[in-house]
Amino acid sequence: MIDPVALWTVIILLGAGSFALRFVFLGVIGDKPLPPWVLRHLRYTAVAVLPGLVAPLVIWPEATGGELDVPRMAAAAVTLGIGLLTRNVVLSICLGAATLYGGLYILG
Amino acid sequence: MATETTKSIFWRGVRDGAPFILVIIPFSTLFGVVATEAGLSVFETLTMSVLVIAGAAQFTAVELLRNDVPTVIALVSALAVNLRMAMYSASLTPYLGKATLGQRAWAAYFLVDQTFACSVLKFEQNPDWTIGQRLTYFFAVAVPICPLWYLFTVIGALIGNSIPESFALDFAIPITFLALIAPMLRTRAHLAAAFVSVVAALLLNGLVYNLGLLVAGILGMMAGAQVELIDSLRKEREGGA
Repeated sequence: MIDPVALWTVIILLGAGSFALRFVFLGVIGDKPLPPWVLRHLRYTAVAVLPGLVAPLVIWPEATGGELDVPRMAAAAVTLGIGLLTRNVVLSICLGAATLYGGLYILG
Repeated sequence: MATETTKSIFWRGVRDGAPFILVIIPFSTLFGVVATEAGLSVFETLTMSVLVIAGAAQFTAVELLRNDVPTVIALVSALAVNLRMAMYSASLTPYLGKATLGQRAWAAYFLVDQTFACSVLKFEQNPDWTIGQRLTYFFAVAVPICPLWYLFTVIGALIGNSIPESFALDFAIPITFLALIAPMLRTRAHLAAAFVSVVAALLLNGLVYNLGLLVAGILGMMAGAQVELIDSLRKEREGGA
């Protein structure tokens, strides 16, 4: 059983801390102009953080205990490939999911 | 391009956010189950989902608390998992910085991986959008995501069941985000940023508190910015010749 004081301390401070992380630039900088070099780096936040977030999940899926998994690798390749070819997000997701479940079905 | 109505932008945002329901439902349900198994009440579980809206941080906090880790360590660990949110905040500032303080506070509250990924993609594709249109789109993406996060947390807490592992729902996150990343890879700079980030993330995967992702993200941003500089200098030279 988790100590209620510890639990609520974490719930409240984690909520406040998470909000602070999200607000720190949006709220404080607001519409102040940023230097060109900062803007240049910020342009690549999404394309740097999101692949970094996803890569370990693709290569070492937690559901397989960290082992490489063929259906998942195939699903990732199809999703990314269709995405690059068509730029269609929904189509990529559908075909990626179909590849995943098809692969799991075939390979057991 | 014809001027779009705010209403059409709203519904496009809702539609763009809808695929993430595939991620939100299983993970919030699972959090509800895990939290109640750890001894949290339904109210405590829901409060955490409403205040934090960050699955990885919520799971981290509950797991550490369950294992009698000191409160400060649990808090710091969970916040570390959320550090990328500060990078998202910085990245959106050029687009949403002119909004009112209240609007920015609400945008900060709803800033999660999904709203960030959809918005940054759309804002880059539509540089002529007004601040009102950007905010409309941003909050519209949150519409199919955040309410379901709360709802299915409660459902998971109440039913106490797990989703069968054979559903492979763990892979919903990679699939949905890969689909969003692909349209972002428009230039050599974007490719460089993604490549460096992936390599760094895999090499640094063992770092505590998910700090590997932070380092990978920063290295990726630096790589992208550098390649952009190199490419723009090359164009200047070719233009001058």
